[in-house]
Amino acid sequence: MQNLNRRGFLGLTAGAVLLTGCAPGGGSTAGAPKPGGRLRAAFSGGGAAEVLDPHETDLYIEIARAKALYDKLADYGSDMSPQPRLAERWEPSADLLTWRITLRQTNFHDERPLRAADVLASYARITEPGGSRRAKSTLSVIDLANSRAIDDRTVEFRLKRPYAEFPNALATLGAYIIPEGTTDFTKPIGTGPFKLVSFEPGRSFLAARNPQYFDGAPLVDELQIVVTNDEAARVNALLGKQIDYAHDLTLTSARTYESSGQLQVHRLPLGNFHGLAMKVDRPPFDRPELRQAMFHLIDREELLRSVLQGSGQIGNDLYGKGYRYYAELPQRRQDLERARALVKQAGAEGMTIDFNTSDASTGLKEAAMAISDQAREVGLNLNVRLGNKDTYWSDINKSGVLASYRSGGMPLDSHFSQRLLSSSTTNNTAWRRPEFDALYDEAQSTLDESRRAELYRRMQEQLFHEGGFVWWGVSDWIVASAANVGGVDDRAPANTLDWARFDKVWLA
Amino acid sequence: MTHYLLRRVLLGVVQVFLVVVGIFLLTEALPGDAAVTIAGDNPDPAVIAGLREQLGLDRPIWQRFADWLLAAAQGDLGTSLAGPRSVAAVIGSAAGPTLLLACLALVLLVPLSTGVGMLAARREGGRLDRMITSTTLGLYAAPEFAMAILLVTVFAVQLGWFPPTAVGGSLPSRPDLLVLPVVVLLLRPICSLSRLVRAGMIEAQRSPYVQHARRLGFSPARIRFAHALPNAAAPAVQQLARTADWLIGGVIVVEAIFVIPGLGTTLLEAVSARDLPVLQGLALVFASTTVLVNLGADVAARILSPTAEAHR
Repeated sequence: MQNLNRRGFLGLTAGAVLLTGCAPGGGSTAGAPKPGGRLRAAFSGGGAAEVLDPHETDLYIEIARAKALYDKLADYGSDMSPQPRLAERWEPSADLLTWRITLRQTNFHDERPLRAADVLASYARITEPGGSRRAKSTLSVIDLANSRAIDDRTVEFRLKRPYAEFPNALATLGAYIIPEGTTDFTKPIGTGPFKLVSFEPGRSFLAARNPQYFDGAPLVDELQIVVTNDEAARVNALLGKQIDYAHDLTLTSARTYESSGQLQVHRLPLGNFHGLAMKVDRPPFDRPELRQAMFHLIDREELLRSVLQGSGQIGNDLYGKGYRYYAELPQRRQDLERARALVKQAGAEGMTIDFNTSDASTGLKEAAMAISDQAREVGLNLNVRLGNKDTYWSDINKSGVLASYRSGGMPLDSHFSQRLLSSSTTNNTAWRRPEFDALYDEAQSTLDESRRAELYRRMQEQLFHEGGFVWWGVSDWIVASAANVGGVDDRAPANTLDWARFDKVWLA
Repeated sequence: MTHYLLRRVLLGVVQVFLVVVGIFLLTEALPGDAAVTIAGDNPDPAVIAGLREQLGLDRPIWQRFADWLLAAAQGDLGTSLAGPRSVAAVIGSAAGPTLLLACLALVLLVPLSTGVGMLAARREGGRLDRMITSTTLGLYAAPEFAMAILLVTVFAVQLGWFPPTAVGGSLPSRPDLLVLPVVVLLLRPICSLSRLVRAGMIEAQRSPYVQHARRLGFSPARIRFAHALPNAAAPAVQQLARTADWLIGGVIVVEAIFVIPGLGTTLLEAVSARDLPVLQGLALVFASTTVLVNLGADVAARILSPTAEAHR
């Protein structure tokens, strides 16, 4: 994603830790955990306009800094299930409209205790009318006017609709808890594992360990996060021992240095989904046979080899492989004969269809070219059109019939509610089915997890057979660390709890 | 001379104004705006509309330009669209590293290229001359990014003599961070400038007044430094001005490779964020520098050149 629209790539991706324990970095030569030292991490930055307001987080570097200083009530595990953080536990009422959250006993960096009032104030700030903060739409399910602090450590949230997966909202990107009344973020005060020492926007961030951190004090004394926009410069700085951790490497760099032993390469799985989106409400993809022809003409292994250069896994057309509630259905493979028959059935032989793509994200264009080649074999002429990379995501939402697509990680619940309900604002496949909406509503109205799994499975089966998305693969997300760095989690998708978890990392 | 200066300054103001108008129109012509880039991946159309209103992007183009111009005339460059900082603060903090690099390069450039050029001109066509001429031609043909990558790989990553990037260090307090960037910045200008000095020197040495000075029995060193060099310097000064201008505005590649948070980096970030106020501010800075540096060079050339002296 070196080119992923910087303001873009908003994958909410995650890493499970509380259940599985912190996984040590694979192939690390760093030995046993050891305290002390300064960890220097390099990320692409947001320029001189960067701020430390955790509610405005958007870029990876902003999220990494926010999670060093702050916490959310919950965070996503590696399978996108919500893990309690500042919330010690959550208890819904029988109608799923009222949720009682018990807060952990912990302090902000200035020794003030964390209180229910801080939580309510943080959410009120995020959802402020007229604002456009990242977590706003997710948290607007809360009826804040009727929510209250029962005591200092108990919050009672009143929801506008039953929402069985409400803890997902507590884990959503940007839903950090700040002390009540905070307006100035030049000296940020959070509950997080590190306390701010100094910050130069667009350049460098320095923080010292918080010995009282509720999840165990960090091993390193200091964390420095530096801005390095150029990928080659990140690699050079790592090789030149100027930094200890480099976020987002190209596959070429990873291959070049992996075997030399000069650095450790971590391939974080399941965080970057690749696919295409067909609009099901207009010709030609309003014909289900043509959508099914697309399902069968795609050679997923070939796309994995060529577009993802082998670094990832093939998908089975459904979003969220490896995540909680993902439906394991028989793997679909290329079947040209069947695809040809379906094209014929749809009356689309020799048809020319515009296929939108752009450089908005790595691989979009390459995938479009490869799929268009594959489609030619069944008599479909997909005319690849390279659009503007800066407006691509809003362009394909508004118009077109077929587009290259990608997504970061998010729980299935968010994928459905943001993209596949009649009310979704980014319904990029124009999938509007009252019966599908009803299944979703029912899944959010039951506390019975196996019932929800069953409902989600039915929804996914429907998408598998006639949906507008084809998620053909998931690529790895590559980070690298110096040989003496231990404790980098190798399984946490980007933006999940254990990704960029610098409080668990040590320097040998 | 006063009349000339006044005319040039007025012309300069018009030039700067045209550049600023041009940048404004070009940025407007780019698809997308700050609201779209802030909204990011999978944007909600309502969010974009809200942001546009918040940023004032929903107002007509001429009105936004007029507002900007009025404020700029009073010295207020506005606020960045991508964050809470003022444009002056954004440019101010980025100017430091760029100016440091540019000044250091310029200070080293003048004696180095003069020295190399004079050395080559000592004996036209001699072995030293041929060696210098072919080396400078070869190096001049190598683009900065290629030289930078090569130098970093050899001297920073392999040999470990210098740091590969300026990540995490502050420039003035760590001179070792500056070595490779300054070398990369110097290589091409030294080549072009020394070749101009060489050509000027050779021409001057053949000129009647140098021949005359020789006949009068002046020492060769005095002839070279006091008589030939000033005349040879006039075209070189023009080139030096262009180099200075390039160093301040155009070191984008070097800044990116060595992770130096200067004006070039800020420019790139402002373009990708469609941060019009910052872009306008930078356009103003770059255009004014170009006009001033070239004015300075023209004045210096007039003073240095004996032919121009007659017209004064």
